[in-house]
Amino acid sequence: MLIKHRKASDVLGSEITPKSVFDDRRRFLKTAALAGAGLAASALPSLPAYAARTKLDGVVKSKWSAESLPEDDPINSYEDATSYNNFYEFGTAKGDPKDNAQDFKTSPWEIMVEGACAKPGKISFEDLIKPATLEERIYRFRCVEAWSMVIPWVGISLGDVLKRFEPTSDARYVYFETLLDPEQMPGQRAPVLNWPYKEGLRIDEAMHPLSILAVGMYGEVIPNQNGAPVRLMVPWKYGFKSIKSIVKIKFQKAMPPTSWNEAAAREYGFYSNVNPMVSHPRWSQASERRIGELFKRKTLMFNGYEEEVASLYEGMDLRKWY
Amino acid sequence: MIATTMSDTATVNSAARPQGKDRAAKKRDPMVWVIKPAVWVLCLAPLAWLGWLVVETIYFGGRGLSANPVEFINRYLGDWALRFLLISLAVTPVRILTGWKQVVRVRRLLGLFAFFYVVLHVANYVGLDQFFNWEAIWEDVIKRWYITVGMAALLCLIPLAVTSTKGWIKRIGGKNWNRLHKLVYVSGAAACLHFFMMRKGLQYEPLVYAAIFAGLMLVRAVEPLKRRFSA
Ligand code: HEM
Repeated sequence: MLIKHRKASDVLGSEITPKSVFDDRRRFLKTAALAGAGLAASALPSLPAYAARTKLDGVVKSKWSAESLPEDDPINSYEDATSYNNFYEFGTAKGDPKDNAQDFKTSPWEIMVEGACAKPGKISFEDLIKPATLEERIYRFRCVEAWSMVIPWVGISLGDVLKRFEPTSDARYVYFETLLDPEQMPGQRAPVLNWPYKEGLRIDEAMHPLSILAVGMYGEVIPNQNGAPVRLMVPWKYGFKSIKSIVKIKFQKAMPPTSWNEAAAREYGFYSNVNPMVSHPRWSQASERRIGELFKRKTLMFNGYEEEVASLYEGMDLRKWY
Repeated sequence: MIATTMSDTATVNSAARPQGKDRAAKKRDPMVWVIKPAVWVLCLAPLAWLGWLVVETIYFGGRGLSANPVEFINRYLGDWALRFLLISLAVTPVRILTGWKQVVRVRRLLGLFAFFYVVLHVANYVGLDQFFNWEAIWEDVIKRWYITVGMAALLCLIPLAVTSTKGWIKRIGGKNWNRLHKLVYVSGAAACLHFFMMRKGLQYEPLVYAAIFAGLMLVRAVEPLKRRFSA
């Protein structure tokens, strides 16, 4: 419903009607449509006009493209991935982000890079991604609420980006922050969380090849409700770790605070790795409902990326460091 | 099923209700011919809407149940269970504040509908969400506090639903029946708490429901005081 393509069988009014009549009719229709739209707009103020979809050029395949996707991990529909979102900045119901984020302004967009690095400073979104290669990364996405999807992200290696700022040896953690703008983000007008949204990774987690900054989905520019213009994507952690609409990156020595940890420390640890063995006060994490499926399936250790990331946590008690 | 005071029961039995055998009067009674059917229709409307969403999703590719229908249905039924619970708890305050005595005659119906939606809510959880995995359900009930509290709310309602008939009032006696049905206050409080605990972060919606519950309790609490001081 976003872009209406004209089918070959669609006949334009101008092809079968004399032009003057056609023009008159068109004027009438235009007026009627305007009046109708006005009425509709006043009667249904919640009817959002969906932002246009834009294709991304130059996206290359990666090790995590469709070819290497397990058979029982079919990609979820665009509709599912863009209409069912937890993005509390735009409201707490799953449909709120799609309804409330359409007018969100993602350009111009700047990211402040600071802390323990040789090249801090403000960088525009364009400059951030220009030197990088856009890669297709199809990842399983596991929400802490025990549902999951498979989403084809378009992103750039987070590690490569971070290295450009030349982090020093004090950079043991990376801290991220979402835009704070209650004007545009109605959810921030209520104290649901300690705004702005804060997240963090250990530096080796951030440098891991699986970690990306996502700027697209389904080969297109990432929709506002999914965290435009740039969000984190760390597929072996619960979804809330993958912070959206990032405006600040900071290298630091101390473990950074995170919003959900501040809200309920017993429920949301700093690591929040997907782990079926560590149950959560709200949800057993042993299984999950894949969106589009009725029955639950077993949750995989590190969301199925155990081979790639388990070594990051060698010797750690994951029950303690949940 | 909702707790009453003795004076309520007396009202129901004498002044407000037309004498059972007087069929002519019953026929003219708007409570029987207008209000009760209207309550039935209004109480079934949310379920009918949900039924339509299910049909639309299955047969017409609708997306009204969201990408996660099990969660949507659970929350939808939970919301309506709580709403009807509060609506049935509002009957006595409405009588107190407006003096409209007849209103207590829809209380049982509203209470039973509240119970009906609670049962559907839980049935959805047991059947669709957990798919009768009793082990997982039991673990939820003992480990996840918001579900423990929801369970308490449900357990409080079961004896009230069972004893909602005239036969049971007779069997256990009006006084005991009234005392038993005070459990609905516990259930209402537990249901509000269940909702508050279930939501993550600090959210307003559960607080609004809790405030309404508190308001309804306050009207009840103030009434006997007013009577005492004006007497
Ligand atoms: C009087 C009894 C109950 C009432 C009034 C009630 C009401 C509610 C409400 C209002 C919600 C939140 C809906 C929303 O966020 O919009 C909810 C959620 C929930 N309830 Fe209940 N509930 C009751 C009993 C139970 C019981 C006995 C169980 C399970 C044994 C249960 C399981 C759940 C679950 C699992 C959720 C969360 C669903 C999710 O996270 O999506 N409830 N309930």
